[in-house]
Amino acid sequence: MIEGLSRSAARNIFFGGSAFFFLVFAGLTAHSHYYIVNVSTNQEGLTPSVIAGKHVWEKHSCINCHSLHGEGAYFAPEIGNVWTRYGGEENPDGARASLKGWIRAQPLGVPGRRQMPYFDLSEEELDNLIDFFRWADAMDTQGWPPNKAG
Amino acid sequence: MKYATQRVALPFFALALALFALQVTFGILAATVYVLPEFLVDYVPFHIMRMSHTNLLIVWLLIGFMGCTYYLLPEEAESEIHSPMIAYVQLAIFAVAGAGALVSYQFGIHEGREFLEQPLWSKILITVSFLMFLYNSSRTLLVGRKTAINSVLMLGLWLAAIFWLFAFYNPGNLGLDKLYWWWIVHIWVEGVWELIMASLLAYLLIKLTGVDREIIEKWLYVIIGLALFSGLLGTGHHYYWIGAPAYWQPIGSIFSTLEVAPFFAMVMFAFYMFWKGRRNHPNKSAMLWTLGSAAVAFFGAGVWGFMHTLSFVNYYTHGTQVTAAHGHLAFYGAYVMMVLAVITYAMPQLRGRQPYNQILNMWSFWVMTSAMCFMTFTLTFAGVVQTHLQRVMGINYMEVQQQLELFYYMRLGAGVFVAIAAVMFLVAIFGPAREELPEGMALTAR
Ligand code: HEM
Ligand code: HEM
Ligand SMILES: [Fe+2]
Repeated sequence: MIEGLSRSAARNIFFGGSAFFFLVFAGLTAHSHYYIVNVSTNQEGLTPSVIAGKHVWEKHSCINCHSLHGEGAYFAPEIGNVWTRYGGEENPDGARASLKGWIRAQPLGVPGRRQMPYFDLSEEELDNLIDFFRWADAMDTQGWPPNKAG
Repeated sequence: MKYATQRVALPFFALALALFALQVTFGILAATVYVLPEFLVDYVPFHIMRMSHTNLLIVWLLIGFMGCTYYLLPEEAESEIHSPMIAYVQLAIFAVAGAGALVSYQFGIHEGREFLEQPLWSKILITVSFLMFLYNSSRTLLVGRKTAINSVLMLGLWLAAIFWLFAFYNPGNLGLDKLYWWWIVHIWVEGVWELIMASLLAYLLIKLTGVDREIIEKWLYVIIGLALFSGLLGTGHHYYWIGAPAYWQPIGSIFSTLEVAPFFAMVMFAFYMFWKGRRNHPNKSAMLWTLGSAAVAFFGAGVWGFMHTLSFVNYYTHGTQVTAAHGHLAFYGAYVMMVLAVITYAMPQLRGRQPYNQILNMWSFWVMTSAMCFMTFTLTFAGVVQTHLQRVMGINYMEVQQQLELFYYMRLGAGVFVAIAAVMFLVAIFGPAREELPEGMALTAR
């Protein structure tokens, strides 16, 4: 295939084709942006508390042990559906209390078990975090994960 | 070495390799925690080790790319580097940004998105340093000869800088955050960095095989065309489950499957030129790293990437040890090995002697590559078992992890061999130079 092609033709195809595919990609990203804001996530529910929760998540870099919607590290359980896993749908207050209790109880110190560190979080920060988990869990992720185990 | 300012590359290579050694060290620490969970918990928690490991990787590869650029640019452009002073200052700024971030991590000071943990001041310094680098190298290119190799290299570097700017955008909506986060992470490794890799490969092949520039440069454009035509829309393989529309499932599956093509083209290109080449270059170890890089990139990125890229497969494997397996072999083959190939090629000239310590260098190649492959295999097995137990059977995460212990021991073992090989590489490159040539090569070298 390559013999019939001159170097300058190859270069022109590269520039033309890349520009074309970039524009298509940028257009689809713009549409996806619109879709995320208007369809798949709850933009009204994106309260200051949810955003504050995202900052708590980032401040302690939870992503470097856990995954969130399957992205991040693989050392600790998935968080994107933790709200569902703790029964948040049926019993929101119970799930909130158990999640807070779990985070506060760290490190468990069970010998031979992976440990989550102790993080010095205020009551408000814990609530923000849980609000963030709950908001993230409600995103339309095309049916992922396959089951509650995450 | 034809141009005096090519020397600028030397401190870049030295710093890059020092940080490589640190990267591997943090990898071993993190792998140790996987098998001995109490290891260092009160001093360096796992998340700090992991961000140190991945950030060091990115930082040393970028420093390596800059060194490669400063080394080949004068030869390609037939002109001295615009300002060696800017190069040294820019390296110092980058070193402060990288080392500063690394130290601050150990005190729990970091941001919180994967790979982008650098504190804001560090991100700004990285940007400043990189812009100085781009200014310096572009000025050199502008006054000099423009070849496909140096033009594509500079294009790749400029685009890498432009996409990096998304690191400063962190929307509160998690879906949007993820949408644009991949504009850096995916577009870098499966887009613009491929331009850098392909141009370095083309440069090494011209030097090592003596094949005509016309032919090599034509291949180069074909390869990078394949890379961007597939890689841009291929970003869709990360948009399946993050709140983006369902159309990414077919688009991402098809285009990311096509991403195998540039890697296949590179391995064909490398071996074809190798057989076609008339020149019997004495630097056999550089040739080995060059061919090895193309081959391992094809397996790590192409084969291991394809393995989990179709949406209906990724639905089950997403975010398991399969991903970790692929990430390791792809980064290693495409970028680590390519930078090590250029360093192996350039160092004899930089030190002003015939190729030296080649046997040791080749040992390092084989040990490191085998160990990285072994690590990839063992993580792949872990990932397949994990996928089945957790994603198909629905068994809880922590329970499943207990079933994987054996694989994690084997990963740690492989890591120790990678570290040994890295030390061998450092000794071969910086140690006392002995002109040991492979059997039968001694005559052609002189
Ligand atoms: C040199 C090129 C490549 C490098 C360095 C690379 C590296 C990586 C890394 C580090 C990740 C994990 C990102 C994270 O932390 O979430 C990843 C994910 C992924 N890569 Fe690649 N990759 C390359 C090429 C490819 C190619 C060519 C394909 C497809 C044919 C591919 C398919 C994938 C897929 C599907 C994922 C997502 C895995 C998941 O769902 O968890 N990669 N890659
Ligand atoms: C001594 C050798 C190494 C060991 C023991 C090691 C170990 C590890 C560990 C334990 C993790 C964290 C995985 C998790 O989150 O569960 C990791 C992540 C990672 N390492 Fe390594 N590593 C080594 C060498 C390397 C090398 C040479 C590279 C580059 C070629 C590399 C690139 C990465 C990347 C890109 C990630 C993030 C993966 C992802 O997000 O999917 N590592 N490594
Ligand atoms: Fe990707």
